[in-house]
Amino acid sequence: MADHSLSRRHLLGGAAALALTPLSRARAAGTLTAGFIYVGPKDDYGYNQAHALAAKALKGMPGLEVTEEERVPETNAVEKTMESMINLDGATLLLPTSFGHYSPYMVAEAKKNPKIQFRHCGGLWTDKDPKNAGSYFGYIAQGQYLNGIAAGHATKSKKLGFVAAKPIPQVLNNINAFLLGAQSVDPSITCQVIFTGEWSLAVKEAEATNALIDGGADVVTCHVDSPKVTVETAARRGAFVCGYHVDQSPLAPQKYLTGAEWNWLPIYKGFVEAMQAGKVPENFVRGGLADGYVKMSPYGPGVSDAARKNADAVKAEMMKGGYQIIKGPLKDNAGKEILAAGKGYPEKAAELESTNYLVAGVKGSV
Amino acid sequence: MVADAAVAPVETADPPARGLQARAWLARRSEAFLIPVGAALAGFVLFGLFLAALGKSPLQFVDIVYRGGFGSSFALGNSLQRAAPLLFAALCVALPARLGLVVIGGEGAIVLGGLSAAAAAQPLAALPPALAIPLMALAAALVGAVWIGAVGFLQAYRGVNATISSLLLSYIAIALSNHLIEGWLRDPASLNKPSTLPVGDAFMLAPMPGIGVHWGLGVGVLSCLVAYVLMDRTTLGFAARIAGGNVRAAQIQGLPVGRLIVGFTALGGAFAALAGFFEVVAVQGTANGTLAAGYGYTGILVAFLARQNPIAIMPVAFLLGGIEASSGLIQRRMQLPDATVLVLEGLLFLVVLASETLYGRLHLFSPHLWATKRAAAALPAGAPA
Repeated sequence: MADHSLSRRHLLGGAAALALTPLSRARAAGTLTAGFIYVGPKDDYGYNQAHALAAKALKGMPGLEVTEEERVPETNAVEKTMESMINLDGATLLLPTSFGHYSPYMVAEAKKNPKIQFRHCGGLWTDKDPKNAGSYFGYIAQGQYLNGIAAGHATKSKKLGFVAAKPIPQVLNNINAFLLGAQSVDPSITCQVIFTGEWSLAVKEAEATNALIDGGADVVTCHVDSPKVTVETAARRGAFVCGYHVDQSPLAPQKYLTGAEWNWLPIYKGFVEAMQAGKVPENFVRGGLADGYVKMSPYGPGVSDAARKNADAVKAEMMKGGYQIIKGPLKDNAGKEILAAGKGYPEKAAELESTNYLVAGVKGSV
Repeated sequence: MVADAAVAPVETADPPARGLQARAWLARRSEAFLIPVGAALAGFVLFGLFLAALGKSPLQFVDIVYRGGFGSSFALGNSLQRAAPLLFAALCVALPARLGLVVIGGEGAIVLGGLSAAAAAQPLAALPPALAIPLMALAAALVGAVWIGAVGFLQAYRGVNATISSLLLSYIAIALSNHLIEGWLRDPASLNKPSTLPVGDAFMLAPMPGIGVHWGLGVGVLSCLVAYVLMDRTTLGFAARIAGGNVRAAQIQGLPVGRLIVGFTALGGAFAALAGFFEVVAVQGTANGTLAAGYGYTGILVAFLARQNPIAIMPVAFLLGGIEASSGLIQRRMQLPDATVLVLEGLLFLVVLASETLYGRLHLFSPHLWATKRAAAALPAGAPA
């Protein structure tokens, strides 16, 4: 962090920076401007940081300007941010990254600005939506399955813990994958889940983590916007922890096993290269480990050799594509059958977009 | 500056008493205007020092706020759009404040208002929009009135502190709303962002003609005017202000203090709920977790900066709308984090609160300063000298 104390040098620096920037940035002809919009702070050690890291990596690309805005709420404020980026920054590719930025806001802006390309993270673009709009996402449940394998080897109490935001399909898929990964090591393992109800609620996340550990969990992971609180709290309590969104190992170097990370860079690069080549970027982009949109944090010191071998072998299978995490025979935690023996969902299965169950062994309810 | 123009009054041999009275009146009245404006300016200066300490230019900041919030028709529309919900939210603070209650839980009434409007849309679906939309607004206003009216009731009849009860009730409102949106009222098709069923295109309000901002702005301005007339130009408002000034005196006068408190808090809650109503019928089309967007909390700042005056709420909401509208440009042009604008808002709030202690203490605003000795002797004793 920079030293923010008040000093005369700083004051002079501020006074010297009086030159006012022109309203519209001067752009070289042929330069593409991409506008990134985040719902939270871009240094949240989580969801927003994953996008901001990719945006930062893009900045080196020739012929590309990147403009970013953080903490843009899922209200009509995001429409104004998009219009401002179009009108004042000359952005022609807009990338709002929060689920609630999509409808009605991004769809409305796409209709209003047919020459601008809009791509949204997490939404489900269909043929009926504007052609200059689109969506992209990653199958990160694969990463949570590998987290589960590492957790399954590390746990002694055979109890895992999961701090979750809301019981929506993407979160439920992650919880199910985490436990199924662990149960592939030892079928007796169970996982307690606590829903905090909000995407970012630090106090409740800390309470939930403590409650899980008090209940006997010795490996914890989460699906909230910023895993920082869960990772730090779990490590302080002596539990192992699996990361999510980005690499959180610097927060808990000894207790961090591994983590499921986004890798948005190839998707963004693809959009930019398509536009620079004069083409319309893809409207619907989804992929997992095999496509490079999801990656794993390096293993921490708590991961045994056996665990590494096991996880690496499964990862190699996943890299081929079509790996079935949800496969029969499988029951939910109320005893209802989800899939009969012999059936399974590969990562791209449409059924996974509307998951509304927790698999047997998860303690908690939707 | 009003006071500057009146500096060094010209002494005449026998000044007409009317002119003196006017000057003394002006000095007294300008206090209510100059102290908050001065405080706001002081807040901006402090913030300028903060920016300079970060090595950023305060002038560039002012320039960007102007361009981002006020300098073009796009910027003005952006500011007005952000000001709209703040008008309602600020009224929910200002009306109870005139009765001496600090209500900070308007966010809860906004959320429940939006939820009620969306929930009412389903049973009203068969009605024509011209009838159904006002009924949705009524449903929202009623729920908001009951919610914040309960705060007034608890204060007036059970002695529960309105600040604390309103804040706690707003948490309950948001939790209740989330529970309903994720349960009974959930649209099964809303998978990853639980929402109520859409109210439908027929029940959505088009923007106001000419400025492209939704009708929440027009109705919000109207609400401020109504609130002003009610508060400052009717006997009911007069009674409320007496109750706010001195409860015992009001009771001795036979004023129904309890009912006044419940009535005005309920009215404030109804206004806040309208902010939620417009979020649903003019912006989002459904009720979901985003209804708790923080307008209720920014509304507290607006009301205090406006010193609880419904007329002053309008320019203050516009100013804060403009600052928020320019926050994106501040990030993109000055590479400052979004929290910068929160620092500014927090500084303004603190300085304006601190300036409350100045009223009646500054010699500048004393009528005695502006009257001749002879006329001053005629003024009532006890006025600050």
